[in-house]
Amino acid sequence: MKPTVTSQLKKFLIKNIVVIVFVVISILAFIASKQSLYFLMSQLLERISRNSFLVLSLLIPVMAGMGLNFSIIIGAMAGQAALIIVTNYQIAFWNGFGGIMLAMLIAVPMAAIFGILTGMLLNKTKGQEMIASMIVGFFANGIYQFIFLFAVGGLFTVRNKDLLLTSGVGLRNSITFTETLKFGLDFGGVTKVPFFNILMVVSVIIILVYLGLFFIKKKLTVKQKSGIVVSAAVLVFSALIMYTNIFPLQIRMLKSLTFPAVSGLFIALLCGFNMIIIKTKLGQDFRAVGQNQHIAAVSGINVNRVRIIAITISTILAAWGQIIFLQEIGVMNTFGSHVQIAQFSVAALLVGGATVSKATNNNAIVGVILFHTLFIVSPFAGKELFGDPQIGEFFRTFVAYGVIGLSLGLYAWKTLFTNKK
Amino acid sequence: MNKFLKNMTSGANLPRFIISSFFLLVCVMAVIVKIPFTTLMSDTLVRFAMNGVLVLAMVPSIQSGLGPNFALPIGIIAGLVGSVVSFEFGIAGFGGLWLAIAISIPLALIFGYLYGQMLNKVKGSELIVSTYTGFSIVSLMSIGWILMPLKHPEMTWPLGKGLRNIILLDNSFGKMLNDFFSWKYVRVAETGNLITFFNRTDKYISDLYPNNAAVVEFTIPTGLLIFFFLFCFVVFLFNRSKLGMEMRAAGDNPKFALASGINVDKMRVLGATLSTVIASIGIVVFSQSYGYLQLYQAPLFMAFPAIAAILIGGASTQKAKIFHVIIGTFLFQGLLTMSLPVANKLIVEGNLSEVLRMIIQNGVILYALTKVGGQE
Repeated sequence: MKPTVTSQLKKFLIKNIVVIVFVVISILAFIASKQSLYFLMSQLLERISRNSFLVLSLLIPVMAGMGLNFSIIIGAMAGQAALIIVTNYQIAFWNGFGGIMLAMLIAVPMAAIFGILTGMLLNKTKGQEMIASMIVGFFANGIYQFIFLFAVGGLFTVRNKDLLLTSGVGLRNSITFTETLKFGLDFGGVTKVPFFNILMVVSVIIILVYLGLFFIKKKLTVKQKSGIVVSAAVLVFSALIMYTNIFPLQIRMLKSLTFPAVSGLFIALLCGFNMIIIKTKLGQDFRAVGQNQHIAAVSGINVNRVRIIAITISTILAAWGQIIFLQEIGVMNTFGSHVQIAQFSVAALLVGGATVSKATNNNAIVGVILFHTLFIVSPFAGKELFGDPQIGEFFRTFVAYGVIGLSLGLYAWKTLFTNKK
Repeated sequence: MNKFLKNMTSGANLPRFIISSFFLLVCVMAVIVKIPFTTLMSDTLVRFAMNGVLVLAMVPSIQSGLGPNFALPIGIIAGLVGSVVSFEFGIAGFGGLWLAIAISIPLALIFGYLYGQMLNKVKGSELIVSTYTGFSIVSLMSIGWILMPLKHPEMTWPLGKGLRNIILLDNSFGKMLNDFFSWKYVRVAETGNLITFFNRTDKYISDLYPNNAAVVEFTIPTGLLIFFFLFCFVVFLFNRSKLGMEMRAAGDNPKFALASGINVDKMRVLGATLSTVIASIGIVVFSQSYGYLQLYQAPLFMAFPAIAAILIGGASTQKAKIFHVIIGTFLFQGLLTMSLPVANKLIVEGNLSEVLRMIIQNGVILYALTKVGGQE
């Protein structure tokens, strides 16, 4: 029997229920906030370029069946430590782009060691990985504070005295990256290009790739066909915005939106990496371990080693993600910037429709867009609706925690249910 | 003897061994750097008893097989709601305290029952799910504190909406238990004499000796201690009762319990409910000793020190006794109280003891989690 349209629609709704709910909430909150589309879009693009990399760094542990890796906060700490080291030495050649690259390079060995240690710990807490990764994050935060509040300046000497507190021991609460490191990845903002130009380039590339596939294979799947149609629509829309004046002012203003191209490239590369790694031997091992550790072990996979590798990759990526995040902001809150990173990244991924056992690039990107839309507009919506922006702020923290709790709970329930059967 | 030593330093007892050694070390250092030891011991005693009931809330949760109650904030919220409603009526003294507890208990019963029902749906993932349930309730209730229709001027902002972040309990039930039948040894600065006060408030003493002419050197918070130990005894009695035995059997070995006709799911709900009720009373006791109610984000992380305390006492995620509560709370709170002035003497800048707390607290919880494993 051929599936009817209604049953297909039903299936689509059930499959994407989380995303749909959040799209509706975001739209309602946006309308209630009475902010302009331009304001929302400009804020949102900033946040997408900052946060996507961190959210994408969560995917591999999910694949390996370790759930949501709350310990990316440890990677974030490694990234911050690397940035502190680079700011401390301020090597003449390594400014701007070079400085960021150097920080990324320094972060790798640190993050790798922390990742291996975390992985070993999580191998001892099988079945409770998520709570353990959360607590190990808190624990590491204590050690981080100990190092940068009491050891730096005492045990380690610091060259750049501007970093230190007046007493000479411990780092300042906030570190401002000099002109050179701020936006270093995008050459101090030089490669910030109009957003719709990027969209045009991306859609042209997608169309060309699919057309190329068509000439090779002589046929396309429905998904690929719809990909071409959507890309063409985006291309036409972007071109109309950039080169004509036919839209109302609200939409015409969007012309001046910009997006950091190099950060965007990094995000795209990570998406590509996540897609390619599934095809490799290692990626197959991740999936085998994720599906069933016993069967994986029987078929000759070293389960513990694979799990350690998954966490290590995630930790290194998180370190890079935090560096990208901080260089765009330009100021680092030494003891605060990393604390909420895991909660917000995990919440964003789940809002995008991911579950404990399945997460894709699409989930990550859609999640960042939806979660941060809500994040931007909810204080305004709270102010307009209740006369108190605080209500909106509490609402968004509630959403962050609530979506994590609900999603983990539903997953556990489902697992219990299927096990009983 | 050797066997005894080995037993004391292995498994769930290891944290207790390490923390007690550390505690002794800090005590010795306090004497060396000449910090008045009596005041520290007095503070330790107060903090031990005021945190004790919150730690006690872990016992039914662990015994019924739910693991440490990471959703302690649920009970705390119930207790805080009871406290602010009692505050609104403006009854000073013990009346206010009992009213706060009386309002908290039915709320906690409802919350705890629902929480227990939820935990039965997520067997195997109780710890992480309950953590985020607690977090969500605290953020949701933050909106609740803003919208709550209470009018007492000492509780609300003079301008703007909602309850204050911190509510002073001086004119309500603050320090009621602490001062009940308490002994206070007061050093008079001028003469250097030590005077004993019985059953008197701090305010009474400071009115008698204005401008800090006398310092309270040692306090025995009799009422608080009695309340805590009485509560421990009640939980102990419950453990010995038929229902308590059944609950512990369900936690110890669910399959065996089920085979012997115990409704395991029901026992788990019982454990969650009891834990929530005790937590709600615990926060009232805590707040009256602290002298303030802390609303909004304050309860967010309150579960973690309580969990660390019982684990330090020698409990694991599967086994807990009243003894673990008493010894663990004393060691953990004692260490925190002692280490603050000692650390400040050694390193002037920064808050070393706060960093120490983070490392110890989370290290102990992590250690306990590594012992959970072995399910796969």
